[in-house]
Amino acid sequence: MSILITIMLICGLIFFTGGSVGIIRFPDFYSRLHPAGKLDTGGLVITMSAFALYTLQPFTLTAVITSIKIILIVVFVFITSPTAIHAIVDAGVRAGLVPWEKKEDNLI
Amino acid sequence: MNDIFIYAGIFLGVSMLMPTYRSLFGPTVLDRLVGVNAIGSKTIVMLILIGLIYKRADMFVDIALAYAMLNFITVLAASRYFQKQKGLYDEKPEK
Repeated sequence: MSILITIMLICGLIFFTGGSVGIIRFPDFYSRLHPAGKLDTGGLVITMSAFALYTLQPFTLTAVITSIKIILIVVFVFITSPTAIHAIVDAGVRAGLVPWEKKEDNLI
Repeated sequence: MNDIFIYAGIFLGVSMLMPTYRSLFGPTVLDRLVGVNAIGSKTIVMLILIGLIYKRADMFVDIALAYAMLNFITVLAASRYFQKQKGLYDEKPEK
């Protein structure tokens, strides 16, 4: 069980690192939103399920309630994170930001 | 198991520096908002890690839930505010 929790924790940290590198490296505002959404849902779900498994270890009523609360945080983030990202995209579109296009001179 | 949680927390704190760069030097206001959102969703995981290290996970879970709600409301309110204001962006449209 301990090995499973460690593997899930490392997978979630890989998601977090990839999302952070993507937020720095992508060229445009609209394309930066893609790793931001992945970082929220993907990384948080895997690490939170690892924590829910770990708190379930001594199987008592308090541990079960704590584990259910952690799963409820995951459900809440699953609903709210795409909503927040969509609101940011909507603000960018209405403010008239121009999407990035591939040209010869702005290749990094 | 406690050592693994401490190392994961250190790694998470170091990887929190990259969205901090985006939220400090982002070219537009909405880029800074994306960075702040990423930092907030990492802080939720960090809070539960702290609770597991101190063996008080039942208390820190409630704090993490409140922080998730606060993060969502902050991003939603800020983006609704900035979509009314044109010309706030220092990124010029290309061409």
